[in-house]
Amino acid sequence: MVSNDSSSDTFSKMSTKIVIAGGFGAGKTTLVGSVSEIEPVTTEAVMTEASVVHDDTTAVPQKVTTTVAMDFGRITLDEELILYMFGTPGQARFWFMWDDLVRGAVGAVVVVDPRRLADCFDAIDYFEQQQRIPYIVALNKFDGQLNYTGEEIREALEISDNVPIIDFDARDRSSAGHVLKELLVHALANSGSQSELVG
Amino acid sequence: MSYRRRRRGSRIRPYTFTGGRTRSRHPLMVQTLISTADPSIDPPRNLMPESERILLLCRETRSVAEISAELKIPLGVTQVLLSDLADQGLVYIHPTITGHSPSENQVLERALRGLERLFQ
Repeated sequence: MVSNDSSSDTFSKMSTKIVIAGGFGAGKTTLVGSVSEIEPVTTEAVMTEASVVHDDTTAVPQKVTTTVAMDFGRITLDEELILYMFGTPGQARFWFMWDDLVRGAVGAVVVVDPRRLADCFDAIDYFEQQQRIPYIVALNKFDGQLNYTGEEIREALEISDNVPIIDFDARDRSSAGHVLKELLVHALANSGSQSELVG
Repeated sequence: MSYRRRRRGSRIRPYTFTGGRTRSRHPLMVQTLISTADPSIDPPRNLMPESERILLLCRETRSVAEISAELKIPLGVTQVLLSDLADQGLVYIHPTITGHSPSENQVLERALRGLERLFQ
């Protein structure tokens, strides 16, 4: 190494990740764009769906290759710590790639358009069932007000009592930043019980 | 013997383990940061062009997802190339904080403080 100082600076960097989920058009990319220090980037993941078809009994398994685009943004939290936000494809047929994306995430935000609750059923189901990654639900106020209370939505979507539900405006930087803070507070509160599960 | 071999063959379905892709031996998640191990030297000559571009790009630290997006190489391929580069000691893989162990709580608290500074 030429310079010890600069190299130790470089190598001491670390990163972490949160996942932004929700139905198509719920405001995931808007949320990422409001808080990211870079323009949201789209990268393509070529996924092979063969492993998902567990009940495939044909002798020659057919591999189906799908290209899935995902958006991500970045926030430099301090000199050594970078947070990445990954927006997941909303369509249910891309669910197979979620395990891969969610693996190693500190937590997840499910963005909900309160006018189209059904669109987020799949995402809520996913996080309710996996029980590993702490998640919160963020209701995107498109027209400035909500027609339902958080508790009505909790009941409608069968969200666990311990999952925070907050409302926000995905277009507003400070409001979107508040969602991320809420998620980290929730993740910190859950880290004890999680470690018990992991053993 | 042939019986045993057939049995084993039917049991081990590689894509079951790999999810249809080559899982790298290194913890390479989309958010994992990568740095060229020694930015002061030129990439070795025997590398594939894509690997060489990765080494040049990662003279400045960036994530696996950013490498994939900037070089327009699909994520899975990027992960395999990075895994090979790590085997050769040419790149440094930074630690990734998952928050899944209590020892990482300090880092999560740092992350929260960072967010509080940025979004008041």
